[in-house]
Amino acid sequence: MGTLLKVTDLEIRFHIPEGVVYAVNGISYIIAEGETLAIVGESGCGKSVSMMSILGLIPIPPGEIAGGSAVYQGRDLLQLSDVEMEHVRGTDISMVFQEPMTALNPVLTIGRQITESLTTHLGMNDRQAEERAAQLLEAVGIPDGVRRLGDYPHQFSGGMRQRVMIAIALSCNPSLLIADEPTTALDVTIQAQIVELVIQLREQLGMAIIWITHDLGVVAGLADRVIVMYAGYIVEEAEVDSLYNDPRHPYTLALLAALPRADRRRDRRLASIPGAPPNLLIKPQGCPFAPRCQFVLDRCWSDTPVLTPTGSDHGNGHRAACWVNVKTGAPR
Amino acid sequence: MNTYDGINLTATAAADTAPPLVEIQNLVKHFPITRGILIQRQVGAVQAVDGVSFTITQGETLGLVGESGCGKTTAGRTILGLYPATAGVVRIDGQDLMTAKGADMLAIRRKAQMIFQDPFASLNPRWTVNAIISEPLRVHKLFQSEQERSERVRDLLELVGLSPRLANRFPHEFSGGQRQRIGIARALASDPEFIVCDEPISALDVSIQAQVVNLLEDLQDQLGLTYLFIAHDLSMVRHICDRVAVMYLGKLVELAQKDELYENPLHPYTQALLSAVPLPDPAAARRQRRIILEGDVPSPSNPPPGCRFHTRCPRTGDRCAESEPVWRDAGGEHFVACHSV
Repeated sequence: MGTLLKVTDLEIRFHIPEGVVYAVNGISYIIAEGETLAIVGESGCGKSVSMMSILGLIPIPPGEIAGGSAVYQGRDLLQLSDVEMEHVRGTDISMVFQEPMTALNPVLTIGRQITESLTTHLGMNDRQAEERAAQLLEAVGIPDGVRRLGDYPHQFSGGMRQRVMIAIALSCNPSLLIADEPTTALDVTIQAQIVELVIQLREQLGMAIIWITHDLGVVAGLADRVIVMYAGYIVEEAEVDSLYNDPRHPYTLALLAALPRADRRRDRRLASIPGAPPNLLIKPQGCPFAPRCQFVLDRCWSDTPVLTPTGSDHGNGHRAACWVNVKTGAPR
Repeated sequence: MNTYDGINLTATAAADTAPPLVEIQNLVKHFPITRGILIQRQVGAVQAVDGVSFTITQGETLGLVGESGCGKTTAGRTILGLYPATAGVVRIDGQDLMTAKGADMLAIRRKAQMIFQDPFASLNPRWTVNAIISEPLRVHKLFQSEQERSERVRDLLELVGLSPRLANRFPHEFSGGQRQRIGIARALASDPEFIVCDEPISALDVSIQAQVVNLLEDLQDQLGLTYLFIAHDLSMVRHICDRVAVMYLGKLVELAQKDELYENPLHPYTQALLSAVPLPDPAAARRQRRIILEGDVPSPSNPPPGCRFHTRCPRTGDRCAESEPVWRDAGGEHFVACHSV
């Protein structure tokens, strides 16, 4: 499979009255055509901001793209004009947001909101667009699509609104769908409905998906590959099985140990991670996880580890940014 | 397996002898829906909690789970008298909350406290940590002097893992996890026996959740606390609770010892709920057979007749729309309300 999007050394800062927020500090990754990539991290780790910057969705100022590139089909998305970017967002890459309540315009019918991109980007006339919109609604599991086009967002439940958002996102057959915590605001049975829907649509349409989440549970059965972010850095990247079964960064290891399991009897106290994520207003120095890390070495405070292949199986693309071998506690 | 059986047996034996600390019988909470501006008349009711009964033993943690709108938070608040109950009996340590007035009510309030979900909205931003935590001490007149109260606040801060030096700071100076610790210290100030924990970790990051859960467990061991743990995170509920009750549209559908409930769920709703829990394990997640429920939860102002779950139930039959299933013991204190069990 070919490379769809290649992000290199992306750096994002925000200039606020209190100083400079170092939100994303040089991250690089690739997503292949048709692949599902999960980006996992806690609030403030830069997972959403890095995606939004690629689509030109962060306000500049106060935001600043301090460096890096994001090459999609031979073009650097970070260099595009607003008009070109709008075209990319309409036809190539689309995004589904966390809050299905606020992402839809409350005073427009959902028919208007779905047909908007169809008429703007695909040049359909009103009748064609409405026909397609009704099909899209049925495709995302909203029965009686033709009739529901005239309904307003408040007439849909949270899960149904997220389905509408997905219908809008898929309206122009994107090759990449970015889903930013799409199920976080939803109940567990509704979350299962949406996850099943996305899996089914992925099989039908073959688009690549970037699924941003804080929940290591949701993406375990969904993703091909997982990236773990912490304080604006990628700290680990691996195939999904390798990441969960053989975590190689102390943060990933600690996160997994902090999660209880619904499918097992309680066998231990939860392993908690001491402290809190770092203040992003301070220019990062050394490893961002060092203050909370159980394996910390002297050099961790001064040298920032880079993401490098790790383990005996260097070939499978399991990379971690850490000076320590977490199995032995010895330096790598 | 044997060790677990051993633990379960002793736990059940203890439960048999001790009288329940908290006793809830047929608790009902309806919120009226009114029409009209000058002359208001009631046109309906949101049946948020509609006949819920359970007991909690001293030192036990009972989990109350269900999806948003099922009434679990309303149940927790009504049990503490934050909402006046429409009907039913709430007894805490033998005292009836419904009939208690004045000094009796104050005594119950001192014994029963609450930890709230949102650590940002539940602390007064204009008060110092000292003022926030010492408020229950002032209300219940637990110490004579300001100095004694401040000392107690410092002890409480230490108990929840915060530095006593932080007592004069304001809530905005703390992170989410630290604020939740302040909320816990406030709940502990009046030396309660029973604490309703209403989604105490759902607003926190994963790495902080384990800290707070471990703290709640330590405090329970140290102080012999009894918890009602309201949550939607079924993994954490299995970890922290002794028994678990499942709620749907204002009614309990199932209640059992936690391992029994998770390994042998009887009610179709519990089965669907458990099948949908995200598992942080790719192999297990791929094996998972999710039971996908159709549609959404109906409105509690107009709940379906008969079994309230029948509109979404994969096993629904003729009876289900007509008669309400009886809450009964299916064996070994595994309670369920379903016609098909």
